[in-house]
Amino acid sequence: MGWYNKRLAKSLWVFHASGSPCNNCDIEILDLITPRYDIERLGIKLVGSVRHADVLLVTGIFNQKIAPKLKKIYEQAPKPVFVVAIGTCVSGGCCFKDSYNRVEKREEVIPIDMYVPGCPPKPEAMIEAVAKLMGVLNG
Amino acid sequence: MKANKIPIGPFHPLLEEAEYFELTVEGETVVDIDMEIGWMHRGHEYISEMKTFTQSIYLVERICGICSTSHPLACVHAVEDIDNIEIPLRARYIRTLVGELERIHSHLLWVGLAGHFIGYDTLWMWAWKYREPVLEMFEIISGNRNHYGMMRVGGVARDVDSAKIVELYKHLDMIEKKMVMVAKVVRDDPVVKSRLKGVGVLTHEAAVAYCATGPTSRASGVPWDVRRDEPTDAYDLVDFEVIVLPNGDVYDKAVVRVLEVIESVKIIRQCLDKLKVVQGPILNNVKDISPGEGIGRYEAPRGEVFHYIRSDGTNRPIRHKVRAPSYVNIPTFTASCKGIPIADVLITLASVDPCYCCTERSLKVIDSSCESRQIDLLKSSREKTERIRREIHGN
Repeated sequence: MGWYNKRLAKSLWVFHASGSPCNNCDIEILDLITPRYDIERLGIKLVGSVRHADVLLVTGIFNQKIAPKLKKIYEQAPKPVFVVAIGTCVSGGCCFKDSYNRVEKREEVIPIDMYVPGCPPKPEAMIEAVAKLMGVLNG
Repeated sequence: MKANKIPIGPFHPLLEEAEYFELTVEGETVVDIDMEIGWMHRGHEYISEMKTFTQSIYLVERICGICSTSHPLACVHAVEDIDNIEIPLRARYIRTLVGELERIHSHLLWVGLAGHFIGYDTLWMWAWKYREPVLEMFEIISGNRNHYGMMRVGGVARDVDSAKIVELYKHLDMIEKKMVMVAKVVRDDPVVKSRLKGVGVLTHEAAVAYCATGPTSRASGVPWDVRRDEPTDAYDLVDFEVIVLPNGDVYDKAVVRVLEVIESVKIIRQCLDKLKVVQGPILNNVKDISPGEGIGRYEAPRGEVFHYIRSDGTNRPIRHKVRAPSYVNIPTFTASCKGIPIADVLITLASVDPCYCCTERSLKVIDSSCESRQIDLLKSSREKTERIRREIHGN
């Protein structure tokens, strides 16, 4: 798939799915496409449908109600799709570790390729994550 | 005419957060709207009972990323209400300063998204571009762009020293100039005006009946603002106006927000002026919280936030109840969305600035009816596809 990945890395299309976050990571993701950070200059575009996406950005702790929907979203995405987890919530649960509504094994809902910790991660950190992903795709 | 149902969500490009709406339409007109919430439920109230009072401030900060001052502020007000704890004057000004900065960034965020929803992306980019200096100011004050961790029971966690104040003035001057421009764009642009005027009207009676709060009610002529009516912190020491407009349409909601931003800039300037002269401690050290119960309120960007805390004398709350403004504002869709064309629904849904994270942190959603309905919907959709397939292929 090397040749495919190299072509993919030129222009990554991103779909953003929020799995019960506190909304902050989602806003910082939107912040990425506004003039200060303008991630579109790297060929990255936020798309409205998961069927167009190469990268899935997920945030939040994945509660019981949204987990099946997230799974469905992942199944609908054309493969290969790379899943980037934004925020401490997905990596470690943040302060919601003790929540009764949290899905324990988030990898079973969506296989996650990359974690960006931070509450919320700074936009620079997210850009770095994307740059690293591009580096991996380019081999 | 036969009524059709249009499902929106839970993942939809319109909605930043997962949310499910079901519109019943007759032709182009919406006749009914149904909402299903609970996609963001994380069980804050339960977790809060396992945390100490100071830890629960950090927890309620993460109820919502946009209101990450309002919730902690209401929470510390509730704890302070139990023991009538005095707050140092300097801390009161810092609290007000952070609270108003948050109002600017939240309203700008909304103005931008509203522009995006009506297809006016220039406004979106402008609003979010000028939101960045506000986040920079937060970074100067607290060290983080969002989730500031400034509030403590009895004061604030960090001081704003005089070197920072000079920096803050520079940013504030810039923001004020640009805010006047954004306000002009929203009020005078003919496209925005004709697109939003008279859309999604929430009448005065409906706003009162649904107990709407915040800009949603103030745009419908209900002059209710916790900052003025029950002043806490430094709100009784600063001058500001409560913006009230009569019409209740989306245009008025937008204008209320941009004018409130300018008022917030005024409040911040007064706070910074005072911080230069008012010296003293910023934190009144509180050792114990006695048994009892307290309530705390604060005017968040979306409306009134209400926290109730009961203490039994230990270092943890035994009950922590939160009521977020979006919880009362979201049902107003039922009043404002009926009878409008479907193209206007999206901006009307956005117009109350719904924050589902706030709303759903502690809601018990009893799901039996929703479950069955969703399955029926899927079934009927499949049946319809099957019917159409038969009609085409004739078997």
